[in-house]
Amino acid sequence: MSLIAALARLEAVEAGRARPLATVRHRHLSQRPLVLVPLTTAGEAGAPLGALVGTDPERPRLLTVAQPRDRELRFAFLAELADAVLPYIDAHAADVELVERTETDPGTGKRVKAEAELCADAPQLIVPGRAGIDFVRLLGRSMRFRRTAEQDPEAPYPAPPRVPLLGRWLTHYGERARVPGSALLLAATDLLGGHWASGQSSLEDQHLGALLAWIDPPGGGSGAQAALRAELARDAAGQLLCPPAGPATDPAFDNRLLAPAVESYDRVRAALGAAQEGAEADGWLGQLSLAEREIRRLLLTQLEPTWHAVWRGLELLRELPEGGRAADRWVSDRWSFTSHRDRVLAGEPPQPRRDDAVTAARKLALRERAQAQLEAQEALDDPLVMAGRRLAGEAFVAEVTEVVMAWTESKRPAPRPLITLRTDDSPHLGERVKVYRSLDGRPQSAEFVRREADDVLVLRLLDRMGRSRDPAEGSVPAKGDRIAWTLFEHDQRGGPRLPEPEETPWTHGGPPGTAAEDPDPVTPEDLL
Amino acid sequence: MTDFDPAAAAAGATERILADTLHGAHRGVVVDSPPGAGKSTLVVRAARELAAEGRRLMVIAQTNAQVDDLVIRLAGQDPELPVGRLHSNDPDPYDKTLDSLANVRKSAKAGELAGLDVVISTAAKWAHVQGVEPWPHAIVDEAYQMRSDALLAVAGLFERALFVGDPGQLDPFSIVGAEQWAGLSYDPSASAVSTLLAHNPELPQHRLPVSWRLPASAAPLVSAAFYPYTPFRSGTGHGDRRLSFGVAADGSAYDRVLDEAAESGWGLLELPARHTPRTDPEAVRAVAAVVRRLLDRGGVATSTADAVPAPVTADRVAVGTAHRDQAAAVRAALVELGVTGVTVDTANRLQGREFDLTVVLHPLSGRPDATAFHLETGRLCVLASRHRHACVVVCRAGVSELLDEHPSTEPVQLGVTVKFPDGWEAMQSTWERWSEHRVVWRP
Repeated sequence: MSLIAALARLEAVEAGRARPLATVRHRHLSQRPLVLVPLTTAGEAGAPLGALVGTDPERPRLLTVAQPRDRELRFAFLAELADAVLPYIDAHAADVELVERTETDPGTGKRVKAEAELCADAPQLIVPGRAGIDFVRLLGRSMRFRRTAEQDPEAPYPAPPRVPLLGRWLTHYGERARVPGSALLLAATDLLGGHWASGQSSLEDQHLGALLAWIDPPGGGSGAQAALRAELARDAAGQLLCPPAGPATDPAFDNRLLAPAVESYDRVRAALGAAQEGAEADGWLGQLSLAEREIRRLLLTQLEPTWHAVWRGLELLRELPEGGRAADRWVSDRWSFTSHRDRVLAGEPPQPRRDDAVTAARKLALRERAQAQLEAQEALDDPLVMAGRRLAGEAFVAEVTEVVMAWTESKRPAPRPLITLRTDDSPHLGERVKVYRSLDGRPQSAEFVRREADDVLVLRLLDRMGRSRDPAEGSVPAKGDRIAWTLFEHDQRGGPRLPEPEETPWTHGGPPGTAAEDPDPVTPEDLL
Repeated sequence: MTDFDPAAAAAGATERILADTLHGAHRGVVVDSPPGAGKSTLVVRAARELAAEGRRLMVIAQTNAQVDDLVIRLAGQDPELPVGRLHSNDPDPYDKTLDSLANVRKSAKAGELAGLDVVISTAAKWAHVQGVEPWPHAIVDEAYQMRSDALLAVAGLFERALFVGDPGQLDPFSIVGAEQWAGLSYDPSASAVSTLLAHNPELPQHRLPVSWRLPASAAPLVSAAFYPYTPFRSGTGHGDRRLSFGVAADGSAYDRVLDEAAESGWGLLELPARHTPRTDPEAVRAVAAVVRRLLDRGGVATSTADAVPAPVTADRVAVGTAHRDQAAAVRAALVELGVTGVTVDTANRLQGREFDLTVVLHPLSGRPDATAFHLETGRLCVLASRHRHACVVVCRAGVSELLDEHPSTEPVQLGVTVKFPDGWEAMQSTWERWSEHRVVWRP
């Protein structure tokens, strides 16, 4: 935790209210995000219990599984989830714009301009917390290798038609969420925690209800008390007033309410199966739908508070203006969405279970660049974030007190003006350390020359002053300008080109196999 | 043990390594080297012998400083050898000393260096080299500090390779989470050697058995704490290395800890227990004051029994910290005390370097918690193994209590080789030993 974040948390404790960590919103929020609040079954990894899903805060779609260990019911749930999610994705996939971009020509290896389709907007998925992102990944993993009856008529337990497709999309979203600064799949707790500091630990911030209580306490009272209530308060029957944001449920709910309801559902189903006559069966069928409705009612009590909390959180975040560079990052999210759309359309097989050596290295390189870029961009977008970097000695704001023109000693002298600055910050500057400022949105670099007094520095400006002997207009700071300089770079260079997977060297096990992977085999544990 | 001949043991190991490298049947050879065991000497010797056999050689090091150092050593040993220094396009891409070496050609393009006996560059620069004929042989220096994905980018450039490194130093790291690949043989965030050996377990592995850098007072501690299953010995005996001061102690804690370190090889300056920010001003000042007193008192170091005593000047002293902001704060404090020329850096950047005396700001000093970063075995190992004579550790009291409150709780990843010892254990054992050389400082 940075010093400024620690300070903000201390202030939050003192004030009883969360303190802002940002003055702008550092993630793009779609006009119409899809919120997904999933629940999972205790003790059954990957067995969904229910979900609220939808793009309209007033009209969520409730999906439930009455008996989570029943494979048929689980498939029915996943099919319903596909019905709820895929039309939302498809709507974005169809709306494209044409953009020009440079590509490497496979024949000549030269960079050429090419026209490409880019989806005008991308679907955005919001879940309550980080555990929700993991669950999305798990759902994706459990679905993408399934075969439908159409794909493989011989397979036992064919999956409903659109389930494998949903699995591929959720996998893509789960992977994209690992890229720093991406916004295709976001957790509400991460979003809120990135913009406000609560007076509790970051572990406690994972509880959406408690975090929201610090930021926006009901009735405007003490955030600390509201958070405590959100975490611990129970009603007369021993149930939490603010159920956890999932996907795990509260054990008291599981034991006292859910388990009896599922048991009675099982009993009715057994009786229905044993019924001899039509009239008797009809009676049990009515009972079954009652039992199912009871389970739906119970799950809704657990899901609804979280559903509203997520939307409330989004409302609060929308009050912040979007950071300039967050919009740029959203464009890469749109590219990510578009390229996966293309892979699906091209009939490529689902993402493999494990990355091969080259893919893993490429992903890691991409994410490291994204992380460094994100840290720089957030500081450049937001004076409050920049203040944290200034406090850490990684940036400084200074007033120009003098500009002395100087030139390089070559045949065609280039300008290298010396700039004297006065600053109250204490940056960690050493000999020839490079610093950067944003000039018309692009970085201009300078190097540290000397320190004339504790608060007086001299820099030598190095670039972006044009080709002629005299610097271009506006490219050299003038006396009196107040400028933020950073010791970190604003842009990230691209990494080296890695070999293609089929050229994986001997040190990394040679080229991987190319065959598409088979679906998971059915084991006895898959059956009830 | 009295008949242990360090020179013979080291020479025997070197011969076996060279035999495998030059005439072995395998595509790779791995050499583990403890701190100061003559790794660079081995690399230079192997490079010369490979060149003598007429095999074109590429050398991959991790930093520009390491590359320049290797070039200078090679040219020093064999001024006739045609050496290429492949460098980046940045301003001042290499050490200016290289300009004075007649047979060293420098270029930013690999094509211009083709045909030279030896071409040396960093892994990062090699990764951008394309469209050249592969080299028959490569030497990968500091291979344990190279990341698996960096090796992936350059492995297509050579047929066979000698991998040399120190397994006890800092593991490579990534600035984003890489748990999703943990346990895969080619985890891109793991070290190059672990990927290499996972895919090629039959490769011969060697070990250099003698540390020529560490004094007899330090080698047993470093060996036992950080290399419990692959012990090494000091190349010098007790009493060979001597450190003394021209000016007598003034009774201050700084002078007493320096005397203790000169006498025993270790000194611990303990400040009162307190939770502090990372750049603890009191501890930073104490570090700077120890350095200042050391230089003021005119330290004189004797390396071996028959060597001429040499003064300990500022360039023979280093300060090591865990974080960059701590290093920056120490630098500022030294400037305030009028000290210049002393190396101050983080463990990551001190890797592979050697000094007469080091002053270390303990990674756990003043911390309320012990995170995986601060407990990392390699970090402490680097900090505790840079010196030829003595090491002074500056720390706030309460490290053992802190360790007791923070047992290691890192998740166990399937398929990942567990490293021994863990940082927690290494912290405990080194702290116990250093406590015997404690000097208490009071404000």
